[in-house]
Amino acid sequence: MASVVLSEPEKIYILHGVQEDLRVDGRGCEDYRCAEVETDVVSNTSGSARVKLGHTDILVGVKAEMGTPKLEKPDEGYLEFFVDCSANATLEFEARGGEELGSELGNTLYRVFSSDKSIDLKSLCINPRENCWILYVDVLLLECGGNLFDAISLAVKAALFNTRIPKVRVLEDEEGSKEIEMSDDPYDCIRLNVEDVPCIVTLNKIGYRHVVDATLEEEACSLAGLLVSVTSKGALTSVRKVGKGSLDPESIFEMMETGKRVGKALHAALQKILDEEESLGSSRQKVGFLG
Amino acid sequence: MAAISMRLPEFRKPVVPSVSRGEEKHLVLPGDTITTDTGYMRGHGTYVEDEKLIASVAGIVERVNKLVCVRPMNTRYNGEVGDIVVGRITEVQQKRWKVETNARLDSVLLLSSINLPGGELRRRSAEDELAMRDYLQEGDLISAEVQSIFSDGAVSLHTRSLKYGKLGQGVLVEVSPSLVKRQKTHFHDLPCGASIILGTNGFIWIYPTPEQKDGDAGGFTTSTEPVPLSDREVISRLRNCVVALVAQKLMLFDTSILYCYEASLPHQIKDILQPEVMEKIVLETRQRLLDLEG
Repeated sequence: MASVVLSEPEKIYILHGVQEDLRVDGRGCEDYRCAEVETDVVSNTSGSARVKLGHTDILVGVKAEMGTPKLEKPDEGYLEFFVDCSANATLEFEARGGEELGSELGNTLYRVFSSDKSIDLKSLCINPRENCWILYVDVLLLECGGNLFDAISLAVKAALFNTRIPKVRVLEDEEGSKEIEMSDDPYDCIRLNVEDVPCIVTLNKIGYRHVVDATLEEEACSLAGLLVSVTSKGALTSVRKVGKGSLDPESIFEMMETGKRVGKALHAALQKILDEEESLGSSRQKVGFLG
Repeated sequence: MAAISMRLPEFRKPVVPSVSRGEEKHLVLPGDTITTDTGYMRGHGTYVEDEKLIASVAGIVERVNKLVCVRPMNTRYNGEVGDIVVGRITEVQQKRWKVETNARLDSVLLLSSINLPGGELRRRSAEDELAMRDYLQEGDLISAEVQSIFSDGAVSLHTRSLKYGKLGQGVLVEVSPSLVKRQKTHFHDLPCGASIILGTNGFIWIYPTPEQKDGDAGGFTTSTEPVPLSDREVISRLRNCVVALVAQKLMLFDTSILYCYEASLPHQIKDILQPEVMEKIVLETRQRLLDLEG
């Protein structure tokens, strides 16, 4: 993970600030930085989204391709995640420096989406045992400013919300061979139901309290943290401890409760902005990367 | 209880150029022709193509007799003797420390250029060399003055005055060096209740005003007492104001920071970083600064 070096007095200042619920930039322990969300930024994907959370910039593209289903789940499609830490994000990602972090982020995403109820995978099936939709979710880290997991999960949810999979029909011949026909209309597509897609909330323990959405400086002061993935209804899909320090069981319980609370608010805010963007329709001016 | 605000992105509005006093500045972008007169010597930031002098960086054209060069706006810190800088120790080497000052090369702080605790004046011995890490470690922040510049451009610092030395509790904001106005003094005790050091290298240090001036401490002892909440609020507000001024590309000096602080008082500290609020308070600051001049 990208890190900054801080002096001891700076760390002490941050620590005492967190105990009094006033962080360096004036936020409380449960406040997020101002986030910017935009979908449909990459034209040759089935769905894309860009999320800017303070100095953290994430771009996600989803491509839907036809393939064969997995052997153990023949009537479902599936998702494949890949996280690329761009060398531009921070100095540590030069050359192959970002590979380890990329694979860690990818594994976390697999774990978070491991529940059957996150996405309706049965709707991605075309022909059982033969054809299904595989959603390749590619995440690109453009800038690293702390709190990568949260920003990535928000971007993934927004990109899945934006994904449009073309409608296909299966035609059967007299001989029994099946043909797949895609509709000619480019706007004839199916959308995914992202109501139960979880979002990750990272809680970093600093001193005796925990903070949400830590900046790089705050991450340098925290020795342990908890990664919680929450759905919009408040159900947890995965919990993971990060960092080399230790957490005692009571604080784990408190952090999980905070994670659930903050997670529900996060989902509400994201859904609101996605609906707002959708309602603007084609009249929305796309800002993209040159704004 | 959790405050989460999300928004759709907006196009960046072009920053309104302030009313220029004196000559018009000749701004160029990479690729712009500066002059077609072949009598000029090309300096930094320019190159010759097809008998035209073309700029290679975005900045202001400077002419000294026959020498034309372009001074870039967004650049690393270029040290000059007498500048006050705030730096972070990156390495501890034999008889010197390497300091990160946002310059092209790491700056150097020689063991002979610091004040020993207790204010002793003596030759540095081998024991001093071994005890270097007790004075300054990797990650420590210091305020120093530029003593000289090596031939390769690396800057040599010194802390041979009681006002320089290791910095204690506070907040560091890193900005572009061209946004810090060169003034008579860079140490300010703002009337709002905090102190600020405007390093010419773009490192701004905001810290609580010390109660009494510890004369003989030599700047190496740092207090670990918790800073009171009222001071914290002032420091956080100042930090957000500095970030707002930098986002709107306003020069940083004590008056502009103070006016921005006063303009931000009606808003909550965490709201200052929202784009609309930022624009509003910087506009007010700009207005007050123009009234001050006019």
